[in-house]
Amino acid sequence: MYGKGILKGLGVTLNRFMETYLDDISWWVRGKKRYNSAEGIAHRSSKNTRGIFTVQYPEEQLLTPEEFRFVPFLVYDEGAEGKQEVRCTSCGICAKVCPPQCIWIVRTNDPNTGKPVPQPAQFYIDMDICMNCGFCAEYCPFDAIKMDHDFDIASVSRNVYDLEKLLKPATYYAKIRPQNYNREEEARKAKEAAKAARAAAPAAAAPSA
Amino acid sequence: MTAPASTSTLDASAQLSASLVARFPDSVTADTRPGFSGFIIKKENLVEVATALRDEFGYDLLSSVTGVDYLAENKMEVVYHAFKTTGGPNLVFKVQVDRVDPIEVPSLYEVWTGADFQEREAWDLMGIRFTGHPDLRRILMWEGFEGHPLRRDYKEAFFEEEAKPFKSRWPEGNHKYAEFRTPHRDNLIFPEGFDPDNYKPENEDELYFSLERSSTKREEDALKTDHIVVNMGPHHPSTHGVLRVVVELDGETITSLKPVMGYLHRNHDKIGERSTFLQILPYTDRLDYFNSMANNFGYVTTVEKLMKIPVAERAEYIRVIMAELSRIQNHLIFIGMLINDLGSMYTPSLYAFEERELILDIFEAVSGARMMCNYFRFGGVVRDVPDDAMQKIKDLVHDRLPGKTDEMERFLNENEILLARLKGVRVLNAEDAIRHSVTGPCLRAAGVPYDLRRADPYSVYDRFDFDVAVRYNGDMYDNYLIRFDEIRQSLRILEQALKQIPQGSINSQKPQYQVRVPAGEAYGRVESPKGELGFYVVSNGKPNPYRYHVRAPSFVNLTAVESMCKGTKIADFVALLAMLDIVMGEVDR
Repeated sequence: MYGKGILKGLGVTLNRFMETYLDDISWWVRGKKRYNSAEGIAHRSSKNTRGIFTVQYPEEQLLTPEEFRFVPFLVYDEGAEGKQEVRCTSCGICAKVCPPQCIWIVRTNDPNTGKPVPQPAQFYIDMDICMNCGFCAEYCPFDAIKMDHDFDIASVSRNVYDLEKLLKPATYYAKIRPQNYNREEEARKAKEAAKAARAAAPAAAAPSA
Repeated sequence: MTAPASTSTLDASAQLSASLVARFPDSVTADTRPGFSGFIIKKENLVEVATALRDEFGYDLLSSVTGVDYLAENKMEVVYHAFKTTGGPNLVFKVQVDRVDPIEVPSLYEVWTGADFQEREAWDLMGIRFTGHPDLRRILMWEGFEGHPLRRDYKEAFFEEEAKPFKSRWPEGNHKYAEFRTPHRDNLIFPEGFDPDNYKPENEDELYFSLERSSTKREEDALKTDHIVVNMGPHHPSTHGVLRVVVELDGETITSLKPVMGYLHRNHDKIGERSTFLQILPYTDRLDYFNSMANNFGYVTTVEKLMKIPVAERAEYIRVIMAELSRIQNHLIFIGMLINDLGSMYTPSLYAFEERELILDIFEAVSGARMMCNYFRFGGVVRDVPDDAMQKIKDLVHDRLPGKTDEMERFLNENEILLARLKGVRVLNAEDAIRHSVTGPCLRAAGVPYDLRRADPYSVYDRFDFDVAVRYNGDMYDNYLIRFDEIRQSLRILEQALKQIPQGSINSQKPQYQVRVPAGEAYGRVESPKGELGFYVVSNGKPNPYRYHVRAPSFVNLTAVESMCKGTKIADFVALLAMLDIVMGEVDR
């Protein structure tokens, strides 16, 4: 019969249409929220999703996975009396590895000796050029530069971020990437313990000799 | 690759070398530079040798044509890669000419029509003139562009330094906008004595002349009718990207057609030559932006060949899984967009997008980005697949995608309107496809079972049991159905890969931001969803490649569009173009 194929196809569309309502009703019967709830959004991006699939941005937002990367930021640790201890040592690896070359670092020099001090005097990232590749975060030996999760940064002007705008606390980093943060902290503690052990070993060996 | 296989290829190449040199003792010599391979052919005998390679040695498909500018040796080299559609490794042959303008090399257009666009590209970017080419115009740069940007001594207006990293960034980095570096605030160089009032672009007329030249219209027709020239685009051809197509019509029938491209050109090759080996990786994501995983795959395979490093076992499997997932989503989008091009707006394409979205969620969880994945590294991948993402891959492959593919078939395959539009409309036959260097699903739909995963296996593809999808009619319907076949085969590969994937490290190398690549050349190719994606890299031991060239499947497949469309109706043109599955990010590079 001519037209059978079209009807068959329309059957698929009808099925999808019905599923939307069936799914809504089943959530409603179970007393759960399908829309505007984290559970509902997670369900809609799982293998069991059927019916309406879209997420109503900006009222709803997709959950960002931990590894999600958007423009970089600099991490500082909070020291005593709210002092910002910037992790960056201005070694310049991020500026060297950056594919679009959008990182500019000014190194601090000691005013008396003229020797470099491991701290950035200024740090610029041209966010309009940044391609979010994540190399800077990946190759930073001090875990000082990390990729952000905050992607709503549209603006009407150009975005050259300076040190002030780039710095975010380590607690923020721990919040957006808990697994990475814990792994790095453990590695760091292990390294410090090894260092302490090495320092203690000659001290322990010295008296016996 | 296992040890016996590589020795047998070595034997085969030694045999070929002996027989080729014996056949042409005066004109063919082996390339003996350390790290290089293949043959150097005398320019005068190029066409003769190429014809023999095609007819006697069976290298029927010309894969890549590109130039290398050896500035220090004052040589310009044209590198050809040809292969057999029955499988096996590729054959490299080169022509060297003195680097004195005009640089002239005979065109291979008559031997392999697939050389058409690639020779035009080499003329445009390197300034190598191919004598005997019927339509040697600029292809990627705009008409009236001054100079040949891929030559080693070409410097653009925003030129800072020969290679990255730029010294101005550290330790005294002061940010300055790039456009403030030039007086006109744009990336343009004006030739000496440029006069805007009397400026005439050179070859806009040439385009129409060449359209006229290749026209099939006949003057002796009984009814004398006018032929109209229609400019489609830049943009329309159902917005696969910014492509302009100039069509000459006799009534509704296409008599001649020329694609015009380059609107998205950014000179990817030059960017690559300025960047370190690692820095190129995120740029490859932006070639075919639907399949960044496949692009990464091709590039790292090539550089690994050059570096001669092994790849971690687990990483090989992860790579295959990611590449096959991206093939599935690419083909789903192809189906959706094809239906879009045929006039059924949105519903089928959005059904396809739904599955693609779930696959992109996986990419996002493993790599951090949905499209610009930048996930592969030399020797492995960036990070292991998180457990929840792995579970999601399994769920999709086992539970969801097979059913959804069936649903898509139920939805469309028997639709009478679709059948009326697709069935019996010729795309390419096998001879035409091979002659035009078409690869990928279009070649396989024409009845040539050529799939690199089987013909010249890379990575761990030789461990999987799958069939090369092939169909024999070469019409649009077969081109459409073969995408479903390939999705099914990809699912088969995925099932096996998920079962076989071992535990262990995900990178055989220490993470390092500056890799050491020994001097030499390498041509790596992978079966991207759109065809053969090749990378030609020449290293001279420095941190950045000396020459970096992408053989983009979309670009080379587009060579065939003219002969595909001649004689068909204009209404079919957009669908025929959709069959080639082009992505302008890759065509224009």
